[in-house]
Amino acid sequence: MASLRDIKSRITSTKKTSQITKAMQMVSASKWSRAEGNAKAFVPYMEKIQEVVASIASGSKNSSHPMLVSRPVKKTGYLVITSDRGLAGAYNSSVLRHTLQTINSRHKSQDEYAIIAIGRVGRDFFVNRNMNVALEIVGLSDQPSFSDISDLAKSAVGLFSQGTYDELYMYYNHYVSAIQQDVTETKLLPLTDIQPSGKLTSYEFEPSAEEILEVLLPQYAESLIYGALLDGKASEHAARMTAMKNATDNAAELIDSLSLVYNRARQAAITQEITEIVGGAAALE
Amino acid sequence: MKTVKVSIVTPDGPVYDAEVEMVSTKAKSGELGILPGHIPLVAPLEIAAVRLKNGGQTEYIAVNGGFLEVRPDVVTILAQSAEQAESIDLARAQAAKARAEKRLQDKQDNIDATRAELALQRAVNRIAIAEKKY
Repeated sequence: MASLRDIKSRITSTKKTSQITKAMQMVSASKWSRAEGNAKAFVPYMEKIQEVVASIASGSKNSSHPMLVSRPVKKTGYLVITSDRGLAGAYNSSVLRHTLQTINSRHKSQDEYAIIAIGRVGRDFFVNRNMNVALEIVGLSDQPSFSDISDLAKSAVGLFSQGTYDELYMYYNHYVSAIQQDVTETKLLPLTDIQPSGKLTSYEFEPSAEEILEVLLPQYAESLIYGALLDGKASEHAARMTAMKNATDNAAELIDSLSLVYNRARQAAITQEITEIVGGAAALE
Repeated sequence: MKTVKVSIVTPDGPVYDAEVEMVSTKAKSGELGILPGHIPLVAPLEIAAVRLKNGGQTEYIAVNGGFLEVRPDVVTILAQSAEQAESIDLARAQAAKARAEKRLQDKQDNIDATRAELALQRAVNRIAIAEKKY
């Protein structure tokens, strides 16, 4: 059995750890509520742009804008959103595992895909495996603004237009609730699944539908990336909050059981002392 | 006077939301003025000012491209960024202008030149609006 002092020091260190995890939990909770607010603020923009894109794209059926047309796939792009830091439970590992499995099952050689990594954990993961990372961005703030990501989004869409890859998938954790985040795969480009959302307005186009699509579609694709990033950030903070809550709970449990062991050991020591004193006194008689 | 609802929305959230009598701005195809009851219209915008007239007063908003969607009762402007005149940081805009001008003079490769050009346009637009030179 461990000595009293050993147990005591384990209890103290567990307590200190739980103070840290508790603090991290509270920090994540406040970041999470802000991230959720950001994701909500983005919704009106997304809905509006979706509505306009849908009504223009479905209005001009024969439009041959390159971003709307599927072409033979020679190379696939994967945009993976992870966090910069760990300690967020299964947040990063689940999305990375999913992506890696998909890539391994779909492609045989390095030349068939390119990875766009958002977040340090994902970047390091793919670089360590010598996979083809075409673009990367690390060190995004916890509340990213559109300008932080616009360069990357522009290049990601640009690579598609230049024909570097012929389709682009996005992998990220979709935020469902504070305790549930689902790994999601979305096909970003080409934009084949634009569904008209109910009411369609027939617009006049100034100057022409084609020229508007020229401006609108890249902007739409870029905002989809930004939307996924906001979604991912909300998930990240929620995941970290849950992970830290679990850590704090586990620490409390550990402290309870260690205290029990400690008290038992202390009792045993006292009992032994009494027995020794009584034994000593009996020997004197 | 009749009014039309205007909302300016960016990825970082709504910037402006109010009733106005007239919206005028610069579209890719030229100056554009919208009064209430306009037919549905979509037009891409230049990096320019959006002028919102209401009760003899005019408000200016710096819009960084994007596009304008008009319906009879509502005008929506979707841009990647937009700032009201009051919230423009003049010092920052001037710094951005100087930076862009320097980049243009250095003349590196083409992509950088286009980007610097755009950055310069944005900065000039912001400065003009902050100083109300329109």
